[in-house]
Amino acid sequence: MFLSRSSVRPAPQLAQDVSKPLVEVRDLTVKIVSKYQNLSLLNGVTFSLKEGEVLCFLGESGSGKSLTMRSLMRLLPETAQIGGSISVAGIDVLALKRKELVGIRGPLMSMIFQEPATALDPIYTIGDQIAETVRIHEHISKDGARRRALELLDLVQIPSARQRLNAYPHELSGGLRQRAMIALALSCKPKLLLADEPTTALDATVQIQVLLLLRKLQKELGLAIIFVTHDVGVACEIADRIGVMYAGRIVETGPVGDVIATPAHPYTNGLLHSMVSEQIQGGKLTPIPGEPPNLQALPPGCSFAPRCSLAHDACTAAVPDFARIAANHAARCVLATERA
Amino acid sequence: MPLDLSAPPITPSLDPRDTGGPRQPMLIVKDLTKHFPVKGGLRRSAVHAADGVSFDVMKGETLGIVGESGCGKSTTARLLIRLIEPDSGSVIFDGQEVGTRAGISVREMQRQVQMVFQDSYASLNPRLTLRDSIAFGLKVGGMPVEAAKQRADETLAMVGLNPDNFAQRFPHQLSGGQRQRVNIARALAMQPRLLILDEAVSALDKSIEAQILNLLQELKEKLSLTYVFISHDLNVVRYISDRLLVMYLGKVVEVGPVGEVYRAPRHPYTKALLSSRPSMDPARRRSEPPLTGDPPSPIDPAPGCRFRARCPHAQLVCEHVEPVLAEQGPGHQAACHALLPGSGHTAAITSPQPI
Repeated sequence: MFLSRSSVRPAPQLAQDVSKPLVEVRDLTVKIVSKYQNLSLLNGVTFSLKEGEVLCFLGESGSGKSLTMRSLMRLLPETAQIGGSISVAGIDVLALKRKELVGIRGPLMSMIFQEPATALDPIYTIGDQIAETVRIHEHISKDGARRRALELLDLVQIPSARQRLNAYPHELSGGLRQRAMIALALSCKPKLLLADEPTTALDATVQIQVLLLLRKLQKELGLAIIFVTHDVGVACEIADRIGVMYAGRIVETGPVGDVIATPAHPYTNGLLHSMVSEQIQGGKLTPIPGEPPNLQALPPGCSFAPRCSLAHDACTAAVPDFARIAANHAARCVLATERA
Repeated sequence: MPLDLSAPPITPSLDPRDTGGPRQPMLIVKDLTKHFPVKGGLRRSAVHAADGVSFDVMKGETLGIVGESGCGKSTTARLLIRLIEPDSGSVIFDGQEVGTRAGISVREMQRQVQMVFQDSYASLNPRLTLRDSIAFGLKVGGMPVEAAKQRADETLAMVGLNPDNFAQRFPHQLSGGQRQRVNIARALAMQPRLLILDEAVSALDKSIEAQILNLLQELKEKLSLTYVFISHDLNVVRYISDRLLVMYLGKVVEVGPVGEVYRAPRHPYTKALLSSRPSMDPARRRSEPPLTGDPPSPIDPAPGCRFRARCPHAQLVCEHVEPVLAEQGPGHQAACHALLPGSGHTAAITSPQPI
């Protein structure tokens, strides 16, 4: 686990224009091609994110939301073929050499995962893991790193933090482990936090605690967050903006309130209607018919067309472009284009 | 008055197996207790997975069981169907005590109770075709092979999978939603009267979850089934259940009609649990978490009320006396000293109003 400090190249110069967005992703594609399969996992993901903004990717399994985040961190397997461009704080992430990645993972962006029990190292204490990370990236004494670890545990509101520095991950409850992982992710003061379903594995009463903590930290530290979830309720609690994903594309994006109140894409609409939240007890639900497409053989045109009750010829002719519905609210749907 | 035999039956289920009549609860669970010993360590300790769990399940209703991980919901389900042996307590199935000489044998009860699990893939044998998987239990039960396959195809059709396309497939060739349909079909092929659904829709995507919930509602009506529906998703449980049972650390803390419990929860834990749900309205976000800390470990819980460490209303009495379920309204019970006059809790003395 311990990396020697000399192996880490300094981070590329953070030359940043304030007016430019922090993250710009253009036409990102990820394919996995092998003898047995030809999977198109991401099929042109385009979005941007301002500093201090919270963007939530909402979608079902296989829609590409986690993969988009992993592409930002370059955490993809060697066999993945990545296309398009990713720029974070002016750095072309896809052009970085492998050794240079350590320079951006941590100080520029860091990631928290769904399952803290497997994301943390089981044989080092929480304090050691945080202190080590700090010492790799900054020239700081052991004691200084340890002090920083303590501050971080306090920051994420871990009770009796001093004792918990010496705790191993298995000695902590699920909620505390997730807090410890957040502390680890924040240890190098990143500008961008990538959160991959960080509350999904937690119990209801703990999930809301962690959500509120993330919201508080985001405000205090001015973090930009990309948050992945399949739970509309979680997105409502934390997001400024939502990107709804389907079959490797963002199909609708806009301010969270607008997308929930006036969904423009039939998939978003269907997703919101199949939720049981405010439904009358025992009444009939209106699920989206069918299942998400096979990523080995995507349907032509709009990927949602085969399941869409409003689909017509234009939908299968070509992949629809984003149509603007309101300020910052856009949907990739032929119908929205026609209406606009 | 002479009996008119040509008239349709009044109750939908005139099941020949119905021994108790329509008013007899399908299940009466009394003081079910299961402690799992923890190996290693100096002290002998045990996980108190279920501690004196008692409840009824009426015929034709859906009882929802909610609670956080480790609260004993799944253990309770497994105790009901005797996948694990209880340490003590009894289960009365349709008026007959399970596993006693005077009552009904475990094997006979298991013919009438089936279970669907969360992990749709792990619960199917990867080397059997769907038809063989479904027919397996029937064949074990003594049905001739051809008849069992016939029944398997019928049940596949019943859950919305065309047997011509699906009967010969293997589990890995199916999507998660389809696999869960197969698990439901396999349970239904045994023609159960009670179906235990342990987080059966939790692993599914939302749009698929809605399809399965609709299917479950349809089947329940068509086959006059009774459900015990276990989930941690409070919205789903509210949607499907008639009555709700809330568990905390191996104990039942509240039970009541689902509308009543959601509208006016009595137990402080139920209140906190319900208000922990994300708001679904970005304009009205939650500002304070209703509870701090995690659910404590179910290993050797301290005496008294198990919720007291996280409870905003905890008092001295909560440390020493374990609260029992007390009537809060028609069919609505909660186990909290603050709700029980004469318990010694100040809230119960000064005001009869719920806290």
